Amino acid sequence: MTADGPAIVVSDIRKSYGDLRAVDGVSFTVAEGEFFGLLGPNGAGKSTTLEIVEGLRKPDSGSVRILGESPWPRNPKLLPKLGVQLQASSFFERLTSKEQLQTFGSLYGVSRSAAVDMLELVGLTDKADVQDVDLSGGQRQRLSIACALAHDPEIVFLDEPTAALDPQARRNLWDVLRAIQARGKTIVYTTHHLDEAEILCDRVAIVDKGRIMAMGPPAWLVRKLDAQTQVIVEHGTVTADVARTLPGADNVVDDGVSIIIATNDAGLTIKALGELDALNKAQVRTATLEDVFLHLTGRAYRE
Amino acid sequence: MRAFSSLSLAMFKASYRDKAALFFTFMFPLMFLIVFSLLSGVKLGSEVEIAVVGDSRVVAALKNSEGVNLQEFKDSTTAINSLRDGNVAAIVVSQGDSIDVRYANGDRAETGPALAKISDAVASANLGAGTTPPKFAVRQKPIEETAFEPIQYLTPGILSWGVSTAAVFSSALTLVAWRRKQVLRRIQLAPIGRGSVLSSRLLLAIVIALLQAALFVAVATLPVFGLQLSNQWWLAIPLLILGTLAFFSVGMLLGAVCRTEDSVTGAANLAVLPMALLAGSFFPIDKAPDWVKLITNALPLRHMNEGMLDVLVRGKGLEALIVPGSVLIGFTLVISTLAAVFFRWEDK
Ligand SMILES: Nc1ncnc2c1ncn2[C@@H]1O[C@H](COP(=O)(O)OP(=O)(O)OP(=O)(O)O)[C@@H](O)[C@H]1O
Ligand SMILES: [Mg+2]
Repeated sequence: MTADGPAIVVSDIRKSYGDLRAVDGVSFTVAEGEFFGLLGPNGAGKSTTLEIVEGLRKPDSGSVRILGESPWPRNPKLLPKLGVQLQASSFFERLTSKEQLQTFGSLYGVSRSAAVDMLELVGLTDKADVQDVDLSGGQRQRLSIACALAHDPEIVFLDEPTAALDPQARRNLWDVLRAIQARGKTIVYTTHHLDEAEILCDRVAIVDKGRIMAMGPPAWLVRKLDAQTQVIVEHGTVTADVARTLPGADNVVDDGVSIIIATNDAGLTIKALGELDALNKAQVRTATLEDVFLHLTGRAYRE
Repeated sequence: MRAFSSLSLAMFKASYRDKAALFFTFMFPLMFLIVFSLLSGVKLGSEVEIAVVGDSRVVAALKNSEGVNLQEFKDSTTAINSLRDGNVAAIVVSQGDSIDVRYANGDRAETGPALAKISDAVASANLGAGTTPPKFAVRQKPIEETAFEPIQYLTPGILSWGVSTAAVFSSALTLVAWRRKQVLRRIQLAPIGRGSVLSSRLLLAIVIALLQAALFVAVATLPVFGLQLSNQWWLAIPLLILGTLAFFSVGMLLGAVCRTEDSVTGAANLAVLPMALLAGSFFPIDKAPDWVKLITNALPLRHMNEGMLDVLVRGKGLEALIVPGSVLIGFTLVISTLAAVFFRWEDK
């Protein structure tokens, strides 16, 4: 095992289901302690990729190394170091949160009390004696994450942990994910939420149709796009014709509610607007991962 | 070991919390016991099997009577064995003018009709002899000290059925539910042998079977039902365990083949109910056509029934376990191999 090498090395993995290329030549590496996100629309191949990396599926070709070892065929030496949350939460029947954790922990030889500590991390201590069927969707997600962490793994795989959560629950879960990373874990996770990935991930890979379209730190991907900034001012503060004359302004749209000024030099444009006293309720919108996605796939991102 | 004990504990808790399943597991056999105890007074008319030793006018008259099938034996010992095994309903031992009738009172529904046929035959033989006092004197005696009530043969049958049903259903449903809820995939990702998972589930099935048997026998021995256990009753324990293994593997096979809980419930019903009827768990099948008997001999439940009857009621010893035991073990090996072949970790 390499001490300081990358935690995960994925080289050109492929997986087809009949004619469908679910994963079509995916390669990436994840450093130890890194928070890595796989983003993409439904059916992009995120789960399949993740399952191949975890060792649940055999790739048609390509190789995976986790901490220097191959996860396929089932590698009992590696398994204790991996924590996995599957896309649909998987629980034993009719057990309480506490018992779920103890049982999953026991599969890894973890003491009953250590397993239960995880409830605190995910904020479910008050639900310790509630059965999984009586938990809310967000609580189930959190329990499912806790079960993945019960044996204190080095690398954590989470498949859409924030799916189907309300905004508040999502933000709570972000705190949980950050806390996991703060413990020094390597995290690989998938999500539909580009905004969330931008906030949480050290690096992301944008996946579409089984391929990685772009990969890197979110800010870097956005900057590389070299997209224009949009300055949005309230309708009536300046006219579209005036806006077009502003320094830096490129394309101006008046949608009846706002004047949207696409600018190559946001600083100059905003300064000029300030001199016109037109900055009341103005918004500045810089490019996001969504724009990167749009640019890469030529279609708007739909969650 | 921690995984095994912890998994076992989890499964016991889960099973204890499933009140509906608990009811079916423990109360259903008792309900059947009540229903069939009430029904067992009813006799189904057809041929009765009677063993004869020796020859006389009475035997000749029996030969001529309708609805009687005679089996001739050389000596009364082998005839009594045949009676004990339930192959004949009564024995007529004819020596000179004395007629000894032996029967297993209440052991089987056809004892009454058999005795009626015999007394008819004696009456007609006496009539033919035309002497007073009547030529043939009859002595009737049950072969057991205590009389056999219907409960004696109902208990092993219904108990075997209850144990097999519970083992098939619970293992099949667990397997399907675990696959559908991805528990199997999570287990696949854990560094434990699959043996621990399988054996902890099997332990649950065996404990449930033994509890079922304990409760069922306890109720059956209440004065209302009046079951008399043989001194060898504890020989039923290995039989219960082997039976559970056999039917657990049936459940595993069904669970491996079926995708949903609904389909596996249907399949389990289809597997267990006809088998229980054919194996004679509820009604004796001695009257069935030969080809049906041939089928029933291929059924593991039939052998479990027979074994249970032998050790719980007929008071037979260890040797009574040999045939049922080997059949159940062989069956388990074949079916569990099939289950392993069809086993899938996930749907799709
Ligand atoms: N076992 C399978 N058999 C056939 N096709 C499959 C199988 N698993 C996945 N697919 C197909 O492969 C493609 C990728 O699926 P995958 O589950 O990896 O997508 P995903 O990116 O995780 O999507 P989502 O965001 O909806 O979870 C999909 O088109 C899916 O229908
Ligand atoms: Mg997915």
